[in-house]
Amino acid sequence: MWNYTETVMEHYRNPRNVGSIDDADAVGEAGSLSCGDMLKLYLKVDKNGIITDAKFQTFGCGSAVASSSILTEMVIGKHIDDAKKITNKQIAEALGGLPPEKMHCSVMGHEALEAAIADYYGLEIPVHSEEEIVCRCFDVTKSFLEDEIKNNNLKTIEDVINYTKAGGGCGRCKGKIKEILEENLKKQQETQLTKTQMIIKVNNVIEKHISAELRKDGGDIELIDVDGNKIKVKLTGRCQACNRSQITLTHFVEATLKQHINDEIEIIQV
Amino acid sequence: MTNSKLIYLDNNATTKVDEKVVEIMLPYFSQYYGNPSSMYELGGKNSRELQNSREILKEFFGAKNSKEIFFTASGTESANMAIRGVLEADKSKNHLITSKVEHPCVLNLHKQLEKEGYDVTYVGVNADGEINKEELYNAVNEKTALVSCMYANNETGVIFPVEEIAQVVKSKNKSTKVFVDAVQAAGKIKLDVKNTDIDMMGISGHKFHAPKGVGALYVNSSTLISPLIIGGHQERGKRAGTENVPSIVGMALAAQMANDALDYEITTVKRLRDKLETGLLSKIYNARLNSSAYNRVPNTTNIGFEYVEGELILLNLNDYGICASSGSACTSGSLDPSHVLKAMGVPFTALHGSIRFSLSRYTTEEEIDYTIEKMPAIIEKVTSISPFQKELKELKQRKGFN
Repeated sequence: MWNYTETVMEHYRNPRNVGSIDDADAVGEAGSLSCGDMLKLYLKVDKNGIITDAKFQTFGCGSAVASSSILTEMVIGKHIDDAKKITNKQIAEALGGLPPEKMHCSVMGHEALEAAIADYYGLEIPVHSEEEIVCRCFDVTKSFLEDEIKNNNLKTIEDVINYTKAGGGCGRCKGKIKEILEENLKKQQETQLTKTQMIIKVNNVIEKHISAELRKDGGDIELIDVDGNKIKVKLTGRCQACNRSQITLTHFVEATLKQHINDEIEIIQV
Repeated sequence: MTNSKLIYLDNNATTKVDEKVVEIMLPYFSQYYGNPSSMYELGGKNSRELQNSREILKEFFGAKNSKEIFFTASGTESANMAIRGVLEADKSKNHLITSKVEHPCVLNLHKQLEKEGYDVTYVGVNADGEINKEELYNAVNEKTALVSCMYANNETGVIFPVEEIAQVVKSKNKSTKVFVDAVQAAGKIKLDVKNTDIDMMGISGHKFHAPKGVGALYVNSSTLISPLIIGGHQERGKRAGTENVPSIVGMALAAQMANDALDYEITTVKRLRDKLETGLLSKIYNARLNSSAYNRVPNTTNIGFEYVEGELILLNLNDYGICASSGSACTSGSLDPSHVLKAMGVPFTALHGSIRFSLSRYTTEEEIDYTIEKMPAIIEKVTSISPFQKELKELKQRKGFN
C-alpha cells in the first residue's frame, strides 16, 4: 500500500471543489482515459484577473484526486498570472509530499493548470508533431521530458517514469529516454561547473588538444580568464603576429573547446 | 472513517494461515528443530515428517509416487525450477509456448529466455479470458521444448483445459514437455495429474492457508530436470538447501484441509461469489463482468467499473475495511494496467477500474452482504468525481437504470 500523507488521504476522502463550471472562463485538460488518469480543471476569472472559483473532475488514483483537489484550493483567490507560477513541486508540497511513484499526479495537475491558463489567454495549446513523441503509451513528448528533467532535477530513468510516466508502460522508449536524460544531465553539469572546475577543464583541453598544434607553428596560447562560457585567451609566440590568428581562434581553438566542453563556449582574445 | 471491521476478499493474493496449520508448525521451531539430514533422532523425526508431508502432497497433486514431489520456497520458484530445469536438461530444442495471461513468474521468465536465445510463442485469449486452443496447437512444432500454461488465471479465475492441452500437445510432439502453473487452482479445484499428459505442476502454500515461503513442484518420473539451486543433496539433488520443515509440515496439513473442503468450495464459496457478483452487477450501472461467467474457479470474480479508477475504489473500500485488488496501473507499482485484462481486450473504459474479489472458505455470508450493501455508494462517490459524466449518463440510460 502507498504511504500517503494524512493530507493526501483527507483530500481523496473529501475532495474539495468537485464538479464543472458551465460558464467557465478557462478549461484545461491533462491525461486521457487510455493513459489511466485524466484531469479536467474549470476556472472562473473576474475582470481583474482574479480566479474566483475553480472546480475539477478527475479520473485517477487517490493521489491524482488529492493533487486536483488541493490545486483548486491553491488557485482560488489568486491572480491568474500568479497561479501561472504554481509548480508541480508546490502541489506535491501542499499535500505534505507524494510517494516518488506518484509524482506524475502532481505533474498532471500542473499540466491541466497550464492548459487552463493558455485557454484563458486564448492561446493554442501547442500540438506536438509525431516525431517529437518519445513515449507512445502515454503520449509524452521530448520537450515535455526535457522541461520536467530540468524543473524537477530528475536524475534516473526511474525518476522520469515517476514524474512523467514516460517509459512506464511497454518500456520500449526507455533507451530513448536514457539518451535524452544523459544529454540533459551533461548540459546541466556543464552549466553548473564552478569557475575553478571550468579553468581546470579548459586548461586540460588546451594542454591536450590545442597547445601542441600551435607549437608546431612556433606559437602558443595562454588562458587569461573564464567568465561562464566566455573564455579569455591570449595567443603567444608567432601566433601573436600571425594575420590568420582570428581564423585559428574561431576555427581551431573555439571549435576544439566546444567539442570537448560545450556548444556555448565563446573565445575572446585579449 | 476508518473501520475496525476487516473483510478479506483478496484470497488470490494470499490467504490467512489456518490456526490448525499454525498449531502443527509451532513445535518445529524450537522443539523439533533438527536438520532432517542429521544422524540422530532429532533429525530423524524431521526426516520422517518430511516424507509424510511428501506423501500428503502426492495425494494433493494426485500423483503416482511421492518421489515426484519436490518442495520449494514459492510458486515462482516452482515455475522457474520446472521451466529452466527442463531446458537445461535437454538443450536440443529452442522453442517455447506459453500464454499472454500467465503470472509474471512464467511470463517474465519467458521474456528472459527470449533474451537468452529461445523462440517464444505467446498464445492469446478471447474476451472471456479463455485460451485460444487452436492457436496453441498450431504453434507446436518439432523444435518445441516446453508448453507452459496456467491452470486458473489469478486475475479472472478462468480455468484453462490443461489436461486437454497436454494431450493435444503430446499428440503433436511427444517429446514436448508440459508445465502447468496450478498456483490459483490448488485448494479450489481437484488436482489429479496421474493419467494425464501433464509433466510438471507447481503450487504455492500461501494461496491455500499455509504460510508464505513454501511451495511444491510435481515432476513426473519420465521428465528429467536439472537443478536450479545447486548445493547439497536435498530433494534428491534437485533443490539444494536445508528443508523448511515447519512450513512444509504446515503446507501438508493445509493441503489436506483444502482437499477436505473442496465440496464446500464448489457449493458455498461459489454461491457467495455468485451472490456478490450478481448483487454488484444488478445494483451498479457502470459495473461489468470481465470474464466468462461459467468456466472459473469458485472463489473469483473480476468486475470492471467503467470510467473510474481502481486504486481510488480500493482506497475507499479500505475505509470500510474491505480488502480487494485491482488491475489498475496505479496499484501495481508499474504504470501499465493488467496484462491479462488487456490481452482479453477489456475496453479502456473499464480496464483501469477493474476490481478482483477473491473469497475463501472463511468468507461469511454477512461479509458478502456488507460488501454488496457498501459498494454502490462507494462507486457512486468515485463516479461523481469522473470527468466522463456525459458518457456515464448515456451508459446509465443504455443499461436501463434510473
